[in-house]
Amino acid sequence: MIAEAGHYALVLALALALIQSVAPIVAVRVRDGALMNVGRTTALAQFAFVAVAFGALTALYVVSDFSVVNVFENSHSAKPLVYKFTGVWGNHEGSMLLWVTILALFGALVALFGNNLPQSLRALVLAVQGWIGAAFYLFILFTSNPFLRIANPPFEGRDLNPVLQDPGLALHPPLLYLGYVGFSVAFSFAVAALIEGRLDAAWARWVRPWTLVAWIFLTLGIAMGSYWAYYELGWGGWWFWDPVENASLMPWLSGTALLHSAVVMEKRDALKVWTVLLAILTFSLSLLGTFLVRSGVLTSVHAFATDPTRGVFILLILCAFIGGSLALYAWRAPTLKQGGLFAPVSREGALVLNNLLLTTACATVFVGTLYPLALELFTGDKISVGAPFFNMTFGPLFVLLLLTVPFGTLLAWKRGDLLGAAQRLMAAGLIALVTVLAVVALTQGGGVLAPVTIGFAVFVILGAATELAERIMLFKLPLKVSLRRAVGLPRSTFGRTLAHAGLGIAMIGIVCETTWNSEHIAAMKPGDVAAIGSYVARLDRVGERQGPNFREQLAQFTILQNGNEIGTMTPSKRNFAARASSTTEAALLSRGASQIYISLGDVNADGAITVRAYHKPLVLLIWFGPLLMAFGGLLSLSDRRLRVGAPQPARAARRLQAAE
Amino acid sequence: MARRFLALIVAVVLAWPVAALAVQPDEIMPDPAQEARARALSREIRCMVCQNQSIDDSDASLARDLRLLVRERIAEGDSDREVRDFLVARYGAFVLLKPPFDLHTLLLWLLPPLVLIGGALALWRRGRARTRLALVSGDRPPPLTPQEEATLKALLADAPAPAPGGEGKITKD
Repeated sequence: MIAEAGHYALVLALALALIQSVAPIVAVRVRDGALMNVGRTTALAQFAFVAVAFGALTALYVVSDFSVVNVFENSHSAKPLVYKFTGVWGNHEGSMLLWVTILALFGALVALFGNNLPQSLRALVLAVQGWIGAAFYLFILFTSNPFLRIANPPFEGRDLNPVLQDPGLALHPPLLYLGYVGFSVAFSFAVAALIEGRLDAAWARWVRPWTLVAWIFLTLGIAMGSYWAYYELGWGGWWFWDPVENASLMPWLSGTALLHSAVVMEKRDALKVWTVLLAILTFSLSLLGTFLVRSGVLTSVHAFATDPTRGVFILLILCAFIGGSLALYAWRAPTLKQGGLFAPVSREGALVLNNLLLTTACATVFVGTLYPLALELFTGDKISVGAPFFNMTFGPLFVLLLLTVPFGTLLAWKRGDLLGAAQRLMAAGLIALVTVLAVVALTQGGGVLAPVTIGFAVFVILGAATELAERIMLFKLPLKVSLRRAVGLPRSTFGRTLAHAGLGIAMIGIVCETTWNSEHIAAMKPGDVAAIGSYVARLDRVGERQGPNFREQLAQFTILQNGNEIGTMTPSKRNFAARASSTTEAALLSRGASQIYISLGDVNADGAITVRAYHKPLVLLIWFGPLLMAFGGLLSLSDRRLRVGAPQPARAARRLQAAE
Repeated sequence: MARRFLALIVAVVLAWPVAALAVQPDEIMPDPAQEARARALSREIRCMVCQNQSIDDSDASLARDLRLLVRERIAEGDSDREVRDFLVARYGAFVLLKPPFDLHTLLLWLLPPLVLIGGALALWRRGRARTRLALVSGDRPPPLTPQEEATLKALLADAPAPAPGGEGKITKD
């Protein structure tokens, strides 16, 4: 009954999406205000129905209804309750349902909060959202229906893949999808603007908060996924340049570019055509990411789904949306007026450089991810493009980008003074240089590449601080006045500073972890000790324990530093009977931003257990950086300009005039 | 087509990271310098039955065989290049995570710099074109109409005198 209700709600949501994709367009053509409002109503109702469908699937998981194929294949009655909830999206069908639910959520949010949009623009935006929704409802109903029943219901389910039974999974896909799908709003705005042939600074002001929301979630989603891989996969890697990771990195890169070009458009009315193209590209890359992961065309660490009919269906959706929107762009973009002249050395110029570097980085990831596929398709040759390729190509680009950040923020709009900016960055540069020398001296004998990169990162952090100091005229005015100025600064300024500093902080973590990571691999018996960096790990005992749906082997270590005990660590290895598979649960001990990481391997014939222990210096900065970036985004989003400054609806203005 | 997808399914199932340890203690070479070379090389060699995992990260039995093979070659005095060539001769270029630069991978390696240079050139040309356009049109915005002049004068007359010092300066974000 619950399954049928969910199925029915999903079909109704499709029907509403179809109305939503046609009615507003017709309304805009015939200029019928009442009909335009149908878009708003259907968007809200569509979200209600898809939420019912999602709730139904969740209910089926919670009560372990194994007469539903999806639940049977991905759940188990003994699975802990929290994983019954999160298991809903731990499989192909459920995660697609989550995808459309989030899409409908964004549609409903535009409908709810888009009151200050011109009526026709809102109608068109919602219509485009309707198109995307309809395509994905069709995809789910025809190829990935989560509500199908089994004729002879089995007694027990097959359980969720153990690797996915983790709190990380609870957060990673929803965050990622909120990011991916959030970019659909920018896409719909871009397509609507192209249809209308009208694009002004107000448009950028509406698009920016939506892009920012998506970007915040995508940043958090990627960071979360990376941390999850770090502690779950058992070898301490946090980024593998895996195609699925690349699929999420590409929209992040172009989304970051979009965020910056939208600023230029909002403030200076320039880069309009480019901003529209970026909005289209960013969501196209999100769709591509969904396609890559869901179609199984790239089989990789994350791929749960492999089915050709699905692949072809998503490919069609992809072609229709990407091809269609780009064709529309080619047709309509020339009619959009270019505005806002600026000198090459200016804030706009710096943001253009930022866009160039981010787009190139994105193109690099794109070609590296898809080239092996294309080559195999056309020539039959198989090649691999892995981490060494990306480190060599993407790395330098990103370091270059890093270097330009502090200069960009110090340049004035329209025409900037590069020399002046360089002078103001003198202090930051000097401290960065001293840092490089200090790191070289401390790590004697190591390469210079790592210290220099750390120097760049320090430069970015201090550059961000310099910009803030300049703004409040720190040390130039009495401290009290400076503080008063700081209070008066818009929150988006703090947001920018934090986000840029986060970039530098993440960079420090990345360099330190990859360069000075120390590792100890050994077969150990109780009483044995292992030296990891400046710490010593002593294996105290080995034991076994029964969990809710697994058996685990535990090893307890005592960690010593200079002979003093500083803590115990208990890594384990879990065996899940239902799937006949196992996971390693690494033990982590944080010392400041550094971590000790221990994971277990097999037990040898002589009773010794294989142990992999690491000291990872400053590794936590890798995720603290993105957190800070996301927080910066949040601050920026809360800036009153984004809410209050948004242009008032024309209707209200007219009413005001009438009252006079 | 169907067979290829079947192969993919099998690959997924086989290569799911059954999170265990990659390098085993018994593989480690006695000479730390040689071991470090072996580790660095292993990171560039793909485990062919896995997705995008190097033999250093993978716990598949093939990866172990390859790790031992790499160490064997190093112990016999091969240079890094010789080890790589040996593996490519045996398994093809697929085994290298950093593809070699040749006719087949020309576009792969050249596209990033081409995008960067092409983008920079396009921007430069566009900038020049716009500057020239601005020059042709007199390098300054069109003159104010008499009406606008009047408005400006009125506004300037109304505005209070700017406060002395930097504090009253209007800072534009």
